[in-house]
Amino acid sequence: MYDSPKAEAKLDQKEIKIAAEGVQVFYGDTHAIKDVNVQIEDKTVTAFIGPSGCGKSTFLRCLNRMNDTIDSCRVEGNIRLDGEDIYDKRVDPVQLRAKVGMVFQKPNPFPKSIYDNIAYGPRIHGLAKNKADLDDIVERALKRGAIWNEVKDRLHAPGTGLSGGQQQRLCIARAVATEPEVLLMDEPCSALDPIATGQVEELIDELRENYSVVIVTHSMQQAARVSQKTAFFHLGNLVEYGETGQIFTKPQDPRTESYITGRIG
Amino acid sequence: MSASMLLLIVLALAAIGFILGRVRALSSAGGDSRHLHSLPSYYGWNVALWTMVPALLVLLIWLVAQPLLIERSVTQLIPEDSYAGPGELSLIMSDVRRVAEGLDLAVAARQMSADEAAALSDPEGLRGTLGALGVALGSEIEPTTLAAAQRYRVLNATGTMVRNILVIALALAGFALAWMRTNADFRARNTVEKGVLLLLIGAASVAILTTVGIILSLIFNTVEFFRLYPARDFFFGTTWSPSFGGGSELGILPLLWGTLYISFIALAVAVPIGLFAAIYLSEYASPRVRGTVKPALEVLAGIPTIVYGLFALLTVGPLLVNVFGSGGVLGVDWMGGATSVMTAGLVMGIMLIPFVSSLSDDIINAVPQSMRDGSLGLGATKSETIKQVVFPAALPGIVGAILLAASRAIGETMIVVLGAGAAARLSLNPFEAMTTVTAKIVSQLTGDADFASPEALVAFALGMTLFVITLCLNIFALWIVRKYREQYE
Amino acid sequence: MTDATSAGAAPRPARSSSILEQDARTRKRNAAESRFKMYGIAAIGIGIFFLCVLLFAIVRNGIPAFTQTFITAEIALPGDRLDKTGNRDPEEMAKVSTFGYKPVIVDGLVRALEDAGIEIPFEDKADVEKMISAAAPAQVRDTVLANPELVGQTVEFRFLASSRVDGYEKGRVTRGDLARDKNLDAEHLDVVDAMKDAGMLERTFNWDFIFGADASESRPEQAGIGVAMLGSFFMMLVVLALALPIGVAASIYLEEFAPKNRWTDLIEVNISNLAAVPSIVFGILGLAVFIQIAHLPQSAPLVGGLVLTLMTLPTVIISTRASLKAVPPSIRDAALGVGASKMQSTFHHVLPLAMPGILTGTIIGLAQALGETAPLLLIGMVGYIASNYPDGVVSGFMDPNSAMPAQIYEWAKRADPAYYERAWGGIIILLCFLMTMNIIAIILRRRFERRW
Repeated sequence: MYDSPKAEAKLDQKEIKIAAEGVQVFYGDTHAIKDVNVQIEDKTVTAFIGPSGCGKSTFLRCLNRMNDTIDSCRVEGNIRLDGEDIYDKRVDPVQLRAKVGMVFQKPNPFPKSIYDNIAYGPRIHGLAKNKADLDDIVERALKRGAIWNEVKDRLHAPGTGLSGGQQQRLCIARAVATEPEVLLMDEPCSALDPIATGQVEELIDELRENYSVVIVTHSMQQAARVSQKTAFFHLGNLVEYGETGQIFTKPQDPRTESYITGRIG
Repeated sequence: MSASMLLLIVLALAAIGFILGRVRALSSAGGDSRHLHSLPSYYGWNVALWTMVPALLVLLIWLVAQPLLIERSVTQLIPEDSYAGPGELSLIMSDVRRVAEGLDLAVAARQMSADEAAALSDPEGLRGTLGALGVALGSEIEPTTLAAAQRYRVLNATGTMVRNILVIALALAGFALAWMRTNADFRARNTVEKGVLLLLIGAASVAILTTVGIILSLIFNTVEFFRLYPARDFFFGTTWSPSFGGGSELGILPLLWGTLYISFIALAVAVPIGLFAAIYLSEYASPRVRGTVKPALEVLAGIPTIVYGLFALLTVGPLLVNVFGSGGVLGVDWMGGATSVMTAGLVMGIMLIPFVSSLSDDIINAVPQSMRDGSLGLGATKSETIKQVVFPAALPGIVGAILLAASRAIGETMIVVLGAGAAARLSLNPFEAMTTVTAKIVSQLTGDADFASPEALVAFALGMTLFVITLCLNIFALWIVRKYREQYE
Repeated sequence: MTDATSAGAAPRPARSSSILEQDARTRKRNAAESRFKMYGIAAIGIGIFFLCVLLFAIVRNGIPAFTQTFITAEIALPGDRLDKTGNRDPEEMAKVSTFGYKPVIVDGLVRALEDAGIEIPFEDKADVEKMISAAAPAQVRDTVLANPELVGQTVEFRFLASSRVDGYEKGRVTRGDLARDKNLDAEHLDVVDAMKDAGMLERTFNWDFIFGADASESRPEQAGIGVAMLGSFFMMLVVLALALPIGVAASIYLEEFAPKNRWTDLIEVNISNLAAVPSIVFGILGLAVFIQIAHLPQSAPLVGGLVLTLMTLPTVIISTRASLKAVPPSIRDAALGVGASKMQSTFHHVLPLAMPGILTGTIIGLAQALGETAPLLLIGMVGYIASNYPDGVVSGFMDPNSAMPAQIYEWAKRADPAYYERAWGGIIILLCFLMTMNIIAIILRRRFERRW
């Protein structure tokens, strides 16, 4: 299951979920992202790789406007979700983020019970009609987060009491519970041990059936294991974007090759 | 020789010690400081410290102990039937001290010779003589008082002489010892550093001594008070009516009620405003707004409480009377005078706003950003994030901050002295004047209080109560805040 | 790991498919969001509003204290009344008390009014004295005793107007108020108006308020805060001389040398608690230890300074420790690495680097001590009329005095409303000092702040 992506054959027919054109990001005077164009497909795992500080996380955070929370950050260019510009004045970032969920580098369960952690999103978005419905949503999300069997007996124990790997799967389940269409993951395994990483990677592969998943990773092996498409960022530029297999075996750009063979990074 | 003269002599000896120690060290190394174990000045400091520290320590202890010991021995000379209680005794003793000082003055002013003064045993006309020297005495001098005063003078003179000899001898001994030990191989730096370390420890202990001092001075006088007034009546009495003539009723309940009522109103003003201000400043405000509003609010914290007191008495009080008093805007006659629970509570609330807001600001900022990101990433609005994630996470810390504010409110003095009124009553009407524990401490202890009457001593019992309440609140609050900080570190 | 597949694809909930339109729920949530934000703005608004009201009240009520109304009149100093022997011997002349000078002033003032063509509407002409301060006879007497040759001449004097006249000039006293007042009648005000027209009465800046001494209850027009200012100054000297060295030494020990054990834990808990002990408790401590036991003089700035030192010490220690902590360990390692002892590394490297922070903390502690009132009430620095300047450094520390905040409290308690104006004015002066100290602290911090 770890060796190669399964669904390479069907890749061509996927529709475009997110299209970014000429995206520039500035932090104050720093030009963090330089003219990035990329098209992210539905029901695909797309990996962003590159040396640290290359802008891959910054770009990821543009996709659900998490950068809005940073005062000095300015985004230019346009990013379309299903053909609609997400930086349009009429767009409410709150509504956008409900569709484009995010999982962070460090597991960040709220200091609440496991149940309340999952129920938080559905509650604020009003997804449940009643208590039974909410219970249902929580159970379904926990199952999809592949953590149901481990926590079903202690749903009201605090989420912070779980192990690191469990916490991260809880956070994924929490993101899934709001029924997003795209799931952004910012180095979701960097704080986890190899066994927990394996579990999360397996989960990501399963999530592909329903969502478009974008994952930022600093581990090339991980990108090769879980993704179908890979984008290589370097110094704020998108250097190369293509099929994962092609990027790792026949990179077009010398910088990509240097990175993959370990000469830069 | 006076104590300050003695101090100067010891310091001069220490200075000489510094120079000689340095010189001796250098000469023992043949004038080449590279052969010394430590830098030359350490040898100097070594001699200076040995000269100074033991001598000055003894001097300090002597200065504190001598009056106490002499007092005790002289007190025995006063016949027991000449005074009724400790209060009268302390009056007699102060006369004794005055007569003794007066005699010293008379000798200094050459009104009488030293021998004459020492031999004086007839108080006839002495009052007049001393009066001319500016030592006023309330009544004629009793022979026993004069005898005690003479004894006081003798003991004092002996004590001072022994002190002077001892201190100078110690200084010289320290000097000699350290100077003899000075040679090239002597580890002067280590010795000096050990000495300095002891000084540092001494300074750190001042904080402990302060607490011990507070507790002891409160306990002794409180115990004294409970000897004169039953503790039961103090803690459970519902009437506060001190009268220095006797027959006082000193129940603490009306004072505690006033204190808690005013603190409650103050917190009801300060907590919502302070908390919302802190939330806005830490979660919404742009750096520019934050940079101007935060210092502006902190100005409120830097204003002395006397200013708030005056503000309550002269501005807020009359304003409230105009609204709630007879013939006021509302047409209700709830408020008689400018001083009331509401006046003091409102102004105290204003004072506490920056206290609550800056503490809460710190605590809200300690909630990790990842928590906010998690919530925002799920599509929550900022207010949902604050209400459902940040606030619950910060709650323990905020409770600690509120408890600290409560302890501030309970211990606040000037605002209630000026703004709350002087009448102790148990009433629910916030527009009535009431009084507090702190205000009564002030009123019982200002003026020429006689420390032996229950009316004055009650202030110490009030102080003890106040200290215990605020101490418990503080320890609990600081513990909560510390636990909270550890959670996110 | 079959959970995911078994759960299957969930039906997408009914939700606006376009992110360009807000659905009803989002609109509601956004409304709640702006309401919540409004609460925050309102809270800040209320806070700022209170600050403005407070500052406005201080300035409006306090500014008049800095001006004072004076009455200028030429007073004849008749030799037969002021120097009966006629040989101009000051010792002889001193036998005439201020009481003997009163009629002289009344006569002079009546003559001056007649000269200026101002009608005196009241029956008893001696009532003109109600318009000038009760301090006037003493003023004339002091002048005459200092210059005996003036007797027999006519000299121009500038008298303080009485507090009611002054209040009328400042708009504090109205004719309506005087109906119930024994000290002045409405008719006097006609004279006052006329005198103003004639140039005999004017309002000028009052340096005596800033530098003068306190006056008795019946002469608010004469009271100044200068002596109390000096009392505060001597107290601050004591605080600075004790709190800074002891505080720094204690912090150095706790931060650099103290082993981590129960004893130092106790000291730490103790210090943070002391910082939160009500200030009045320190007053009780001072009363019991310094006055009851040590028999130090009551009301002396020395005792006040000692009490305030104990009160300020925790503040100084806490801020000093923070600035010591801010010096990075690499500096210590560097010094230790070249063979310096721990003590040398601390005193030669860490302490100088932490100095700006320590000074800032000390100044803030001093400012706090300068504004503190409650403990001073208990050691008797109130109720005492600070009418004399101390005559030397020792007497500055040991003689009874007041302090600025205690003087303000004293004025606020006096019955005459003319004293309220003084109290507000005193607050302006006190706040000026505090502001200066805080600005110095801010400048120090800005200037020397180092980011490691």
